[in-house]
Amino acid sequence: MTDSPTLSTGTIDGVNGNLIRVTFDQPVRLNEVGYARLHDKRLKAEIVRIRGKQCWLQVFEDTAGIRVGDVVEFTTELLSVELGPGLLTSIYDGLQNPLPQLAEKCGYFLERGEYIDGLDREKKWEFTPSVKAGDTVYAGDAVGTVPEGLFTHRIMVPFGWRGAYTVEEISEPLTCTVDTVIAKVKDPQGELREIRLYQNWPVKKAIQAYEERLRPTENMTTQVRILDTFFPVARGGTYCIPGPFGAGKTVLQQITSRRADVDVVIIAACGERAGEVVETLREFPELEDPRTGRSLMERTLIICNTSSMPVASREASVYTAVTIAEYYRQMGLHVLMLADSTSRWAQALRELSGRLEEIPGEEAFPAYLESVIASFYERGGVVRLRDGSVGSVTIGGSVSPAGGNFEEPVTQSTLKVVGAFHGLSRERSDQRRYPAVDPLESWSKYPSLVDVNKVDESRKILRAGREVEQMMKVVGEEGTALQDFITYLKADFLDEVYLQQDAFHDVDGSTSADRQKHVFSVIHAILTADLNFKSRDEARRTFIQWQQLAKDWNRMPMESDAFKQQEAKLTASVNDRRASGEEN
Amino acid sequence: MQTRYHGIENIIGNVLMLRAKDVGYGDLAEVRYEDEVSLAQVIQLDDDKVFLQVFSGGRGIPTDATVRFLGHGLNVPFSEELLGRIFDGSGRPRDGRPELDADPVGVAGPSVNPAQRIIPRDMVRTGIPMIDVFNTLVQSQKLPIFSVAGEPYNPLLARIALQAEVDVIVLGGMGLKYDDYLTFRETLEEAGSLSRTVMYVHTAADPTVECLFVPDLCLAVAEQFALQNKQVLVLLTDMTNYADAMKEIAITMEKIPSNRGYPGDLYSQLAARYEKAVDFATAGSITILAVTTMPGDDVTHPVPDNTGYITEGQFYLRNGRIEPFGSLSRLKQFVNDKTRDDHRKIMDRMIQLYASYRSTEEKRSMGFRLTEWDHKLVKYGKRFESDLMDLEKTIHLEEALDSCWQILADCFDKDETGMPSDLIQQFWPGERSEGRG
Repeated sequence: MTDSPTLSTGTIDGVNGNLIRVTFDQPVRLNEVGYARLHDKRLKAEIVRIRGKQCWLQVFEDTAGIRVGDVVEFTTELLSVELGPGLLTSIYDGLQNPLPQLAEKCGYFLERGEYIDGLDREKKWEFTPSVKAGDTVYAGDAVGTVPEGLFTHRIMVPFGWRGAYTVEEISEPLTCTVDTVIAKVKDPQGELREIRLYQNWPVKKAIQAYEERLRPTENMTTQVRILDTFFPVARGGTYCIPGPFGAGKTVLQQITSRRADVDVVIIAACGERAGEVVETLREFPELEDPRTGRSLMERTLIICNTSSMPVASREASVYTAVTIAEYYRQMGLHVLMLADSTSRWAQALRELSGRLEEIPGEEAFPAYLESVIASFYERGGVVRLRDGSVGSVTIGGSVSPAGGNFEEPVTQSTLKVVGAFHGLSRERSDQRRYPAVDPLESWSKYPSLVDVNKVDESRKILRAGREVEQMMKVVGEEGTALQDFITYLKADFLDEVYLQQDAFHDVDGSTSADRQKHVFSVIHAILTADLNFKSRDEARRTFIQWQQLAKDWNRMPMESDAFKQQEAKLTASVNDRRASGEEN
Repeated sequence: MQTRYHGIENIIGNVLMLRAKDVGYGDLAEVRYEDEVSLAQVIQLDDDKVFLQVFSGGRGIPTDATVRFLGHGLNVPFSEELLGRIFDGSGRPRDGRPELDADPVGVAGPSVNPAQRIIPRDMVRTGIPMIDVFNTLVQSQKLPIFSVAGEPYNPLLARIALQAEVDVIVLGGMGLKYDDYLTFRETLEEAGSLSRTVMYVHTAADPTVECLFVPDLCLAVAEQFALQNKQVLVLLTDMTNYADAMKEIAITMEKIPSNRGYPGDLYSQLAARYEKAVDFATAGSITILAVTTMPGDDVTHPVPDNTGYITEGQFYLRNGRIEPFGSLSRLKQFVNDKTRDDHRKIMDRMIQLYASYRSTEEKRSMGFRLTEWDHKLVKYGKRFESDLMDLEKTIHLEEALDSCWQILADCFDKDETGMPSDLIQQFWPGERSEGRG
C-alpha cells in the first residue's frame, strides 16, 4: 500500500449493497483498487465498471454508513498480492491480510478497514545471490535465493518486465527484510530498476514467465485408492469434486491436502464453514508431513474467506490463492491448489452481476460464468521454466451444486474444462461408503497408476454388478442366476475392499502408489477369476470371508510379514474356488 | 442531521423514496404520519435520492409523512434486564412492559476472525436421547431442524428451551402463528424458564420487513451475552419464513431472482447469520438450533439446501420423531469421546441394529418370511422407538446410555450385539436377561 502523492480521488454518488458509484475526473482503469473513506477508516474496493465519468466499485467490506459525497482515493494499482518469502505457513483472508496478525490487532472480530501487509516487513531473510553484475536476466529468472523452511526460495526478476535486463548491482550475501533492494538492473531503454525480495502481481492475471507449457502426464498420488487407481489426477492437471452437502467434499479435500504428493499445498477456503478451516488451522501445525518429517504447515498456505466474510473478497480469494500457487511453481515446485468451494465463488460473481443489473443467464448466474471458470482452471498446468526445471500447479475445486443436482450451471461449466471429475453421491455417503466418489459416474482423462486395461475390466464388473443388484431388487435373490450373483459379489468385493477406505486408519487411510499397484493386481486377479460355487449361499459366505481377509490385509503395513501371510491366505482361498483347469 | 423531511416521491411496496442529503447507507429513519411512527432503513442511495425500507410496511403512508434520520444503523439495547423480556421484530416490547433503558449495541456486526476460533470442546445437554446420545449438540454448533409443516417442531424447540443446560436462551420467532407464540410463552412461563430467556417474536400478522430483523436481533443479543461468559443457545423458528420474507422483499425491489424466486445472495445471507455461532476461547459461546421447514418435504428446495451447506449437520423431524437416519451432528466426535466409554460404540451399534430392523420391516411388508433373528430385530426396533425416540421423554445422557444397554439385553444375547467384549463386561445389565429371545 504505497502512498503516492498524486493520488486521484472521486466522489461517491450512489450506494447499493456493497456497490458504490463514484464520479471521477482523473483517468481510472478497470479493476483498479480504490479506498472509500469513511470517518477515519478506508474501505478497500475495486472498480468493476466504468461508464462516462462514473465508475462502479465493489467494496470488500460492509458499506454501512457511507454517504453520498464521501471521497474515494484511487491507487492506480490493480488488485494485487505480495509475492516473496514468508508466504508459506501463512493464514490469509481473501485479500492477503494475515488473519492471526489481524486478531492480535483487533481481537475476536474482523473490524472493517483494517489491513495488514501480506508479508512481514520485520522478518529477516538470508539472501544469497546467484547472478553477477553484467549478467543478462529476463522476467522470472532468479537473481538469488533465500531459505524458506523446506525450500530454497528463488528471488526472481518481476514477472511483468519485458525484454532483457542487465544486472548492474547485486547484493553480497545479506541478512535483510523483504523490502530491501538486493539488485539493480538496467532495462532495454537503459533505465535502472530495483529488485527487492518481493514483488506485486495482479491476481486476475496469470503469471506467464516460463518457457513452455507441457502436457500433464505425471501422476499426483493422493493415497486415496479410488482416486489414484480409477480417477487419477496428474500434476498440473485440474479436477473437480461436486457433491451434495454431507457427501464429504471437504473431508476429501482435507485428506488430499495432507497426503498429496506435491511440494506446496495452497488451500482456499472460499465461502464455506469457518469451523472446517479451524480444524485445518489447529491440526496442521501438529501433523507431521510423512515426506519431510516436518510439520505439515511448513508446506501449506491457507486463504480463508469463509461464508460470513465479505462476499467481494470471496471472489478475490481464489485468485489470490492461484496467483501464489503460480509463484511457487516459478521456483520449479509442484503446487496443489484446493478451492472449497468454487460454487461460493460463482455465487459471489452472481451477487455482483445482480447488483450491476446485468442480464442474467441460467439460474441468474452471469453469462460470462463459463469463461471465468474456464480461465481460472486454465491457470493450472505444468510448465518448463527458463532454467529447464519443471513446475506445476494442480487445481482441485469442490463444487456445491444446488440440490445436489449436477445439471446446474457451475458444475456443468466446470466439467467442460477439468481433466478429472470426482462426483460424490449422496447414496454412497448415506451408506457410509467412504470416499463417496461414485465409481460409475466419475471419470478422469489422466493416466492411472496401474494398467488401464485392468481398470477398465474392473469397471465393467462394477457396472455389471450394479445391474445385477438392480435386477435383484425386483426378482429377489431366488430369481438370480448363480453366475450373475457371483458378478454381483465380485463388484461388491471390489467396492468394499478397494474403493472404500478408512480415512482414519493409519495404514488403510493412506495407500502408497506401490501398494496400490500390488494390491490392485491381487484384487484384479480375483475379479477376473472363473470361480466355482455350488450355491448362492456358499458364494456369499466365501465372499464375506474374503472381504474380511482383504480388509484386514488393508490394515497391515506393507513391509510386515503379516501382510505377506495374509496375502498368501487370501490367494490360497481364492485358488481353492477356481474352476478346475484354471491356474493362478 | 436532525432535519425533518417532508414530501415522499415514490412509495412502492415497503420502499419509499425521498430526496435528502448527508444520509449514511444502512442508517435508520423514523417515518411519522398522523399517530403512526415506524422505523425505516436506508437500503439504497442514488445522488440525493434515498430509498427507505419501512419496517411496518408501506400501507397507509401518505406522501406528506415526516421522515427524520437517526444517524445510526439498526441497534438493540442490551443489558442483563433483557432476560425474561419479549420483543417484536423491530425490538419494541411485546410484553406490555416499558422499553429497555440500556446502551444499544450494533446489529449484524462484523464476523469472527477464523484464526480466533477454537475446535469445539463441550456438549450441550438437552435431555433428549435422540440428540444427546445419537447426534450430540455441541457448543458453537449450528444445526437446522428440517421438518415439514405439521410436525411438532415448535413443541420440540420449547422442550429444548426448557431443558437445555445453558445459561441463556434467545428465542427468535419468524412468521410465527400467534397461537404458537402464546404456547411458547406459556410453556416457558409455567416452567419458570422465562427468566433465562429473551424472545424476539415476529408473528405472521406482523409486517414482513420486521421478520428480516429477528435473526439479527437475536444473534446480536446472543453475542453480547456470550462475550460476558454466558453459554447461549439461540433457537430460531422458522428460517424458511425468514427466507421467504427476503424473497418477498427482493422481488418488490425488482432484484433478479436466482432459484425459485429467491435472491442470489440467499446462501450468503443465511451464512452470515448461522456463522455467528462461535465458541470464544476466553468467554462464552453461541449455539444455534433453527427450524427450517421443507416445502413439500423436499430437501433440495433452495432454503434447506443452502442451509445444509452452511450448518454442521441437521436433524430431520419426521412423524413426530427425530429420524436416526439422515440426522447428523458433524461435531459430535469432538465431544462424545469424553462423555462415557461406551458412548461412541453403543451409539453406532444401536443405529446399525435399528437400520437392520428397518430392512426387516421392509422384508415383512413385502411378504417375506421372517427368521428368528428378524423377530429379535422387530422387538428391538419397537423398544428403540418407544424408549428412546419418543420426544415426550426427558432422559439424561447417562440414563439414556443405560437404557440402550437395557434394550440390547432385553432383545439379544450378549454375543449377538456386536459390542466389544470389554464394554459388555462393564455395562451389560446383570445376567437376568441372558438367553432370552
